[in-house]
Amino acid sequence: MKMMKKTDICTIENSKIVLNNNIIFEIPTENFSDFAKEVYKSLALNYPKFHKMDNLSKLAFLASEMILKDEDHSRTALVFANRSSSLDTDFKYQESINSQENYFPSPAVFVYTLPNICVGEISIKHKMQTENAFFVLDEFDEQFLNDYSVQILQSGKADKVLCGWVELYQESYNAFVYLLTL
Amino acid sequence: MRKEVYITDYNCVTPLGFDVSSNWNALLEGKSGVALHKIIENQEPFYASMIDSEKLNEEFNKDFDNQNFTRLEKMFLLSLKPLVEKHQISDETAFILSTTKGNISLLKNQKTLPESVFLSSLAQKIADIFGFKTKPIVVSNACVSGVIAIAVAKNMIQAGKYKDAFVIAGDEISEFVISGFNSFQAIGKEICKPYDKNRDGINIGEATAAVYITSERNQNEKFSFKVLGDSAINDANHISGPSRTGDGLFASIKNAMTEANIQTEKIDFISAHGTATIYNDEMEAIAFNRMQLQNAPLNSMKGYYGHCLGASGLLESIISMESALNNTLIPSKNFEETGTSQPLNIIKENQPAEIKYILKTASGFGGCNAAIVLEKC
Repeated sequence: MKMMKKTDICTIENSKIVLNNNIIFEIPTENFSDFAKEVYKSLALNYPKFHKMDNLSKLAFLASEMILKDEDHSRTALVFANRSSSLDTDFKYQESINSQENYFPSPAVFVYTLPNICVGEISIKHKMQTENAFFVLDEFDEQFLNDYSVQILQSGKADKVLCGWVELYQESYNAFVYLLTL
Repeated sequence: MRKEVYITDYNCVTPLGFDVSSNWNALLEGKSGVALHKIIENQEPFYASMIDSEKLNEEFNKDFDNQNFTRLEKMFLLSLKPLVEKHQISDETAFILSTTKGNISLLKNQKTLPESVFLSSLAQKIADIFGFKTKPIVVSNACVSGVIAIAVAKNMIQAGKYKDAFVIAGDEISEFVISGFNSFQAIGKEICKPYDKNRDGINIGEATAAVYITSERNQNEKFSFKVLGDSAINDANHISGPSRTGDGLFASIKNAMTEANIQTEKIDFISAHGTATIYNDEMEAIAFNRMQLQNAPLNSMKGYYGHCLGASGLLESIISMESALNNTLIPSKNFEETGTSQPLNIIKENQPAEIKYILKTASGFGGCNAAIVLEKC
């Protein structure tokens, strides 16, 4: 592809965060919630809203945080995709309404039953009033994400695109998030 | 110079009809699909715009032999079939599906995830029936999905990745969605009243819609609408509440108009989102006023169709194009008295109008907003 530059890459899987080939954080745990909590503490993220997020949002948020840092991202678009949509939270929400005797639908859970909420969380943290899109694909398709991002850049609607695959269902997760410019 | 991209065909399946002309005629008569329905066991009925399952099966059986489909899949297949019969699918044809929850009803009382709740499986199943050759693209961006789906088709065609695209959008009424919006206390106690002083919340609706989008027009088309511009900007404010300042919607409209390269006074009609919640409609009024669009005739279709989530943006785009073809503005149903702090030119009755430029907008959870500009050619 012509003139496209991938400037930063963050991956999160197997309880390990890697940024541009450097291991940023690693802890032996099988459990995503514990892992997320440890990352939050050890990197001193100091963002209490993090604790209210569902696991998909936490995953997307952490990967984005490594790349976006405190820089100006008022012209950075967000293009994300995954396979399981918000099914991790969908399943939990469904359990809260499965039985008549135990019927407790919660708005705080329901709001996370959309995959694009994680994009909203990243936008709020970095005050990014920018182009955003969320796709659901059967597998990670970097070519598709790049094609979609490049046309956003070429149209002048953004200067950079934070692009990525953020897949999570129960304890199975992986994030591959990167920054694109022309 | 970028390629020009046109919508040249469309279809929809809603409680008001199983094709565009029956929908249009029902709208002209002021009919609404919204009625009281018992959706959740042991709970009071809700106002919702629901497709009659018997009618759906009847229509479906006329066209399809295979019965191994969910209710939503049947709705999708019925909406797409007439378009696929008229326009050829090639290996440069995109298939784009917009939905928020897909087959979520199948999750009830399950211990593990059934394959069919995955949105990509749903899309692949529909794609295989019609023989699409490219990988399906699913757009799942809350209530702006249907508008973004048009933008995705336009942008990917302009980028030279596809020659044409079939875009479908759909969501069905489920206990999952109704209970969730009800937990937010967002569901209205009667047929919803977008922008009205006495509005008290949404009605959930269900529908599927399909459009054919192409860069290559031919002589046989009955109509074409050029997709002039698009944008989808986040509020960066709150995940479940609209921005008080309408920032994201304002910026989405502004960007779409800039790309379309037309002035605001050129907009002949706005097909707005208008969910009939207090905060959404107020936010829209602020955003439209910031864009100096307060005098453009505007409606919300939610009083006819309820809020069809991932289908609403595409369905309402289709109705707005139908409006332009029939030179008729349709009233914003159930609007009586101004209920926003800033003025809007809300359409109150069927009226003749020359409509060339259409602005379609939507907003949703996650702070998302979207706008597209269409031109009747």
